Amino acid sequence: MFTAPEISYVAFAPMIVVLLGGAAGVLVEAFVRTPATRRTVQLVLALVAILGALGTVIIQWAMYAPDSAGVVGQTGYFVMDRQALAWHSMILVFGALSALLFAARTRAGEEAFTPLGSAAPGSPEEAEAHRRGLEVTEVFPLLLFAIGGMMAFVSATDLLALFVALEVFSLPLYLMVALARRKRLLSEEGALKYFLLGAFSSAVYLFGAALLYGATASTGYADILTVVLASPGDLTLIIPGAVLVLVGLLFKLGAVPFHTWSPDAYQAAPTPVTAFMAAATKAAAAAALLRIVYVALYPLEWELSWMIWTIAILTMAVGTIVALVQTDIKRMLAYSSVAHAGFILVAFAGFSAEALSAVPFYLLTYGIATIGAFAIITQVREKADDGTVGGEATRLGQWAGLGRRDPLLAGAMGLFLLSFAGIPLTAGFIGKFQVFAAAIDEGGWPLVVVAVLASAAAAFFYVRLIVLMFLTDVPEDQAGAVEVDYHPYTRVVVWVTAAATLLLGVLPAGALALAGDAGVLLLGL
Amino acid sequence: MFPFLTVLVLLPLVGAVVVRALPEGARGRVREIALGFTAVEALLGLVMLTQFDLADAGTQQFTETYAWIPQIGTSWALGVNGFGLSLIVLSLILTPLVILAEWRKDKDPARAARYLALILVLQAFMVGIFAARDVFLFYVMFEAMLIPLYFLIGGFGGEQRRYAAVKFLLYSLVGGLIMLVGVVALYFVGPGGEQAYLIDNLTGYDFGTTAERLMFLAFFLAFAIKAPMVPVHTWLPTVAETARPGTTALLVAVLDKIGTFGMITLGLALFPEASKWAAPVIIVLAVISVIYGAIAAIGQTDMLRLVSFTSVSHFGIMVLGIYAFQQTSVEGAALYMFNHGLSTGALFLVVGFLIERKGTPYVGEYGGLQKAVPVFAGTFLIIGLSALALPGLSPFVSEIMVLVGAFGVAKIAVIVSALGVVLAALYVLLTYQKVFTGPPNAKLGKTRELGLRERLVLWPLIALMLVLGFFPSLAIDYLREPTAAVLTTVNAEVSE
Repeated sequence: MFTAPEISYVAFAPMIVVLLGGAAGVLVEAFVRTPATRRTVQLVLALVAILGALGTVIIQWAMYAPDSAGVVGQTGYFVMDRQALAWHSMILVFGALSALLFAARTRAGEEAFTPLGSAAPGSPEEAEAHRRGLEVTEVFPLLLFAIGGMMAFVSATDLLALFVALEVFSLPLYLMVALARRKRLLSEEGALKYFLLGAFSSAVYLFGAALLYGATASTGYADILTVVLASPGDLTLIIPGAVLVLVGLLFKLGAVPFHTWSPDAYQAAPTPVTAFMAAATKAAAAAALLRIVYVALYPLEWELSWMIWTIAILTMAVGTIVALVQTDIKRMLAYSSVAHAGFILVAFAGFSAEALSAVPFYLLTYGIATIGAFAIITQVREKADDGTVGGEATRLGQWAGLGRRDPLLAGAMGLFLLSFAGIPLTAGFIGKFQVFAAAIDEGGWPLVVVAVLASAAAAFFYVRLIVLMFLTDVPEDQAGAVEVDYHPYTRVVVWVTAAATLLLGVLPAGALALAGDAGVLLLGL
Repeated sequence: MFPFLTVLVLLPLVGAVVVRALPEGARGRVREIALGFTAVEALLGLVMLTQFDLADAGTQQFTETYAWIPQIGTSWALGVNGFGLSLIVLSLILTPLVILAEWRKDKDPARAARYLALILVLQAFMVGIFAARDVFLFYVMFEAMLIPLYFLIGGFGGEQRRYAAVKFLLYSLVGGLIMLVGVVALYFVGPGGEQAYLIDNLTGYDFGTTAERLMFLAFFLAFAIKAPMVPVHTWLPTVAETARPGTTALLVAVLDKIGTFGMITLGLALFPEASKWAAPVIIVLAVISVIYGAIAAIGQTDMLRLVSFTSVSHFGIMVLGIYAFQQTSVEGAALYMFNHGLSTGALFLVVGFLIERKGTPYVGEYGGLQKAVPVFAGTFLIIGLSALALPGLSPFVSEIMVLVGAFGVAKIAVIVSALGVVLAALYVLLTYQKVFTGPPNAKLGKTRELGLRERLVLWPLIALMLVLGFFPSLAIDYLREPTAAVLTTVNAEVSE
């Protein structure tokens, strides 16, 4: 007998607004014919949907904050608590900034996406699409679906709901990664790798979920917790199930050894997509990990922490060491993001309650700097001898002397790099401090020692790029080989992220207080 | 109460923004504007000096405390006792003089604006660091200061400037990161809470012996690199020979004092037991610095390198004074920090003027200048004599205080260090002899006499050294109680 579920539309309003926006975007694709108009309409629609959703999130926050933690959106499947709302707002902000980057074009009128995703690289169809000025504007609805999926992902309190949300946000990302305008083959290869490993991780996750269901006869976090608490001796199925579920999520976080997709996908994707992926996916993955660990699995601390400790140390070490030898700036940031995944894991190695506010704050600072840095990467472009502006100049050597060409842009990049490195007066420092505090709170100081060493080593490759930008002259023969583009949309993104990085570094008290309020789960701890 | 210290920190920052943002048309006046800002700053400092209650020099005055990031226990807490005040005054005196000294270096106004803006930013951090009453704030300023310095070294100066800037940055960053571990540890080992980093709250706190010693080492290493002590001093000569003399003057005269300032205000106050514990080793290193710096200075042919090695030697004396833990010696070290700022600052600037005239820093390429430019020669000689601590000039008093004060507890160290003082006569007088006496070097051609602007830079410093040389109590009154207070902490620890 089928009973219709009772959906609490009010609680779900943010997600509904975003997903409806995505659906409307699909209709726009069908009805608006001129590519240029379509792009504008799509951008406006996406921004309206995202900001509308953000508005509803803020209203809900204001309603829940004083007295209660939140509401159960769909009994057993989704909750809207303060923790979820904090992540929602973060993902929405990242989404809005990314939408602006999606819409930006170069001075020559070239967008980041291929005009015809289905055409083979170098084929006559592709040439024809270029000639006719076609545009892939589907990326905006895809972005909205991905955002909607991520919001559901961080709210999910059920293994199946989590899985559905995982696929809802992953599929649009697989597609978007394949749409780079330049280096089409690289882009398609990266997308394929991302898809295959993503599918693999989904399978691992599902296997784990099945084991947990087998052991507890339920897929809801709360029910799993009840069984775990009731049968401390019989964990034969629960432990492998929990490990496999965590592995599935660690794939999305990009932790070693499940990180292998990320450098390829980061490098292959159109840079605005990389920006979104790096910031928002990592946030969503960290949020889901936090929730499942703190709601369903925390009694298993002793059984699971060895895994988190090992992976955290490996992740920090591999990310840092491999980043040191990268010569491509996108790959360098990709490995640095792997190292950052390690820092995130440090925060909840001891399953301390502090992590519930430290991790959101850390990802906020990381995501903002990441979007800013990738936005800048879209602006530094190769220039051919005949003056035409080409693809992005991602070889490190090409960034030499950028500080002289464009001090403000290079200065903003320097700020983001300092924030990644965790230098005081930038947001990244406060984030690191919070994370370390959370770890030390539960006896994780050996991890913190490793993390401090890793940060010290990581400072070298960030500083190397700064030195390259400010203190190295442009090689004689390369004087005209790089051109700095500066689209107004990108400019907005760079300034907003730079200002936020500085503000969160210098005067973070307000944001920290909000993060402190967000450290509440409706279920669990 | 007027927030003197916050204004003193913010005013130069405003100045830096103004200097950088000047419209194309007003760029020609960029030097005057920068000088104006430092003049107002110095004037404010003068007003503050008159408001300072000398009878109560040991306690923090002009205090301001605002919550900054309560979640990690740090606050915007500023305040000065006589000791901090003396170093702030030093930086307020030297910054305008450095701007004046570098007046004609940049033909391109945009380049001049860059240089001046960086100097102003540096001044803001100098004031901030000597006024910080919060360890975290101190650390932030300590690290932030690297940024303007890095660009000052790497962007302006000789051929090797990039190498020098990176070397400087690497040394300082390593020191800073190790100190950061200590700073973070203070939060977790210390009392914690919303004002976990206030120095007042941390003074006398029992961290446990092992934790205290480890944290002390973390802080001390950063300070030793900054100070600069042998064996972590090698960045200084590299920087000195390539950076502009004005930059180096500020660096050695004021910024390096952060190292010794930190040893007294943070090292002794927060970690008294560990300071006592480490003192024997530190004193040995200090004595090595004194002798090594002096011998190395004698061996230099590049005058800027020479002056930088004399500083290594002099900083050794200060460190010896601090870790002898005697009232007279610590007081002498604090006094020396001020006097050394005057004398070495002047020395770098006068050498800079000489190099500006002839384009070479090598002693061997000069000779017999005394006849051509007597005023220059006389000024150079007086400044040189101050560096070798001639009685009547202020560094003498401080050196004697350190040596006499420390004699009771570290006889051998003092005797060996006194040798360094003798060596000082050697390197100063030998240099003077080679550059200014004897037959004029035929290749030199005509030399310009000391101009009005240059006299305005150097003579006030000489005047100050003379005044303080004859009336040292003018300065000592500001330093006695602060150093006595710190020593009380240290000695209380030991008697327990």
